[in-house]
Parts: sequence; structure tokens; C-alpha cells
Amino acid sequence: MRLNVTVNGEPRQAEDVWPGESLLYVLRERLGLPGSKNACEQGECGSCTVYLDGTPVCACLVAAGQAEGREVRTVEGLAEGEALDRVQQSFVDAGAVQCGFCTPGLVVAAHDLLARVPEPTDPEIREALAGNLCRCTGYEKILDAVRLAARR
Amino acid sequence: MREYRFERPGTVTEAVRRSGSDTAYLAGGTTLVDLMKLEVMTPGRVLDINRLPLRGLDATGGGLRIGALERMTDVAADPRVRLGYPMLSQALELSASGQLRNMASIGGNLLQRTRCGYFRDVSMPCNKRQPGSGCPAIRGENRMHAVLGTSDSCVATHPSDLAVALAALDARVQLQGRDGVRTVNLCDFYLLPADTPHLEHDLRPGELVTGVIVPRLDWAQRSIYLKIRDRQSYEFALSSAAVAIRREGDTIVEARVAVGGMGTRPWRLPAVERALAGRPATSNTYAAAATATVDGTRPLRHNAFKPELMQRTLIRALLELEQTR
Repeated sequence: MRLNVTVNGEPRQAEDVWPGESLLYVLRERLGLPGSKNACEQGECGSCTVYLDGTPVCACLVAAGQAEGREVRTVEGLAEGEALDRVQQSFVDAGAVQCGFCTPGLVVAAHDLLARVPEPTDPEIREALAGNLCRCTGYEKILDAVRLAARR
Repeated sequence: MREYRFERPGTVTEAVRRSGSDTAYLAGGTTLVDLMKLEVMTPGRVLDINRLPLRGLDATGGGLRIGALERMTDVAADPRVRLGYPMLSQALELSASGQLRNMASIGGNLLQRTRCGYFRDVSMPCNKRQPGSGCPAIRGENRMHAVLGTSDSCVATHPSDLAVALAALDARVQLQGRDGVRTVNLCDFYLLPADTPHLEHDLRPGELVTGVIVPRLDWAQRSIYLKIRDRQSYEFALSSAAVAIRREGDTIVEARVAVGGMGTRPWRLPAVERALAGRPATSNTYAAAATATVDGTRPLRHNAFKPELMQRTLIRALLELEQTR
């Protein structure tokens, strides 16, 4: 089937999509957007977090057909040209990246949190990021990065 | 994942008409897509119902009518739910992760499948997945499994938090099928495993959950959902309690009590409700009432702690409820 989806503000088409593909697969393998990561494929790790119609979801559990006609914003769509989003810049400045695999999902989840709650408490940050696992266990620096982004 | 046909019916009537034994309805996808990847569920056709007009939350008349396609996040945040039925908001917000709550629908939440590791592993026998193949959980890894409503065929725990709170509220499930619409009590909607654990719901072929009705209960404003789990967030319940209390002065007049993490379905505890009614709201009353929870429990090798945990969860929920205004 052909899939029509708006990605980072641009209408895109993917051809020959088979229904068993996830939105994550379409983004990474068909539309050249490898920022969202493929890890657990079960909605548990949050590495594939993208905005779907403005709400963060696990793209690995969205069937491709479900995304037809909808709007997706990936981690690639957060920066304004060369200027990183404040959440991305804060992850760089706080050193909140170890292997980096969980980073794109955490950046999108934190981006959403700060849009909803501009000055989050630590428990609010922890709960908002509970669906994003970092196997390097780099959570302290990740919390630093979100606190830093909230101040910017 | 097995090959399947993806269809998008335009109306509820069309969806129900197109549905058959080899069909699955797709709402949020957090259960279905996951289990299709694992090949635990292998429908030949998937009907995407997300564009059907099954949204909306109506509070006219004091109760709630929640459309089956409402998302967990939105229902939890609705002030009419948060203020009038706090145990519902709490049960929803203590479930899954933010991303999954954004995706998962209310209807899908009620129909989510057990987290039993043997059910989810197609290389293992499982009477629920493959009737007659056996139940390795009964003598295997069963720490998370049920102690209420189990049978020699199945000991899988029902995973929904929301369903526990809805059970306490006498909620009803609205269904639409080829023969029209009907409404069933949520507690009757869930079937005990007995020797047919593959039959989980009172659902006729093709029937679609269209909504949930919560009858008006003004005193549910004083209610709580307490969830005990291995980590503070993003984990299924070892034990949970949904409790609402109507008090006059220091006396409990009426109570609603259901528990989760314990049963093969959401478990209402009328004996505990009776033991609370008419008694003073004191810790002695709570402790005495909690002993009524353990009737009929069947602990397994690794979950013998659950009956006592259930009592403690209930007592703590009652004590915490005292602190709320």
C-alpha cells in the first residue's frame, strides 16, 4: 500500500508499505529518518518516541496504516536549521549522552514534558521519562539536562 | 509478524459486519501490535477502528459515559473524572508509561491480555493461547500470577488497573454486534478461566466495545486507587486496591472495594464491603475487614506472599483515604 504522512512539516509518501510494518520502520527504512531508534520493539524502552498528531507515542507499536494522513514529528524535526532545540543543547551541555541509543527518545519525551510543564519538579521529570530506558544507567545526567533545559 | 490485511471500515456498523473469527480490531495498538509481533495473536485481517465516532466523555446526569476510543491520558486528566472519580484518574495514571497512555484506548485497556510470560512466549505451552497444551505457570515462574479465580488450567493475572477501579464502581460495558447493541456489567464481562481460559470475555463474534458507563456515585469523590509494584513507575501491579468510602461522621456507611494483581479478573470484594459498613472508621475496623480478603485464595509456590500483601494494601488504602478530603 501507499502511505501518506506528514513528517516534520513536509507531506511524504512511502510506496509498497506492507501492513505489518511499524511507523518506526517506515520512518527509518523508507523515509531516511534514522533518528528514532529501534530497540525493544515492544513499547517498553521509549527509544522510538515520536510525536503523532502532537502527542508522544512509541512508533514501534504504531502500525504503518494507522499513520495514514496523520502528522509525525521526529527528533530530526526539533532543531531549527542548524540551531539545536534547547533540550538537545542541554543534553550536549550536561553530558547526558553515553552510548546515545536512548537519547533521541528521551529528547522527544523531555521536549513534550517542557511544553506541558515549563517548570517540572524532579518527580514530574522522573514520571515523564519513566517510559524511556537508558541501559547505560545515565539517568543523573539526563535529569540534569532536563533541569537545565527548563531554565533556558 | 504474519502477513495480514489492513482495512479501515468507515462506520461502526460496517466494522461489525466485516468482522469475523480471523479478525482483530485495532485501536491504540499497544496490546495488539505487540502481540502480533510476538505471533501470540495472528489475525488474518486487522480492522483499524480509530476513525470511528467512538470518542467523547459525557458526564450529564452525574455518572460518566466514556467512549471506547478515548485515550487513557485524556480520560485521566478530565476534571470531571479527577474530581468526581479520583480512583479512575489514579488507576489510569499509575498504568504503563506516558507514551503508552497517549496511545492506548479505554476499550483496548479493558481487553488487554495477560502479562503471563508463558502466554507471551509462543515456544511454551499455554492453555489460554493454545487450548489443551498445558499451563507451565502452575509449577513454574508464578510470582506475578493470580491467587483468586484460578483453575487447574490457568493462573494468569488480569493486568488492567482501570478495570479494577471500574469494577468497584459497578461500571457497565457497551457493546455493538451484528444483532444490535447490549450492555453488560463489567464484572460479568470478564470470564473466569475454569477449563476454558482462552475464553476471556462475554463477547459474541464480531462484537465491538463502544463505551463504558460509570453509574453516578457522588461519594466516589472520596476514593483511591493504591498500587503496589516492584518499582515506582511503569510496572504492573503486584497488588492494588480501589476503595471508595461513604462516611457519616466517624462511621462508615457504605464502601466499595476491588483489588488488582490478585485475580484472573478484576476482583470485587463484597465481604470486605459488608465488614466495613456500619463500623467506625478506625484502623481496627480496617484490619478486621481486611481479613475477609483471603477467603478462597489459592497461593502458588512463588506468590504465597500475595494474600497478606492484599490485606496490607487494603488497610493502607483505607488509611490514606482518611487523609483525603
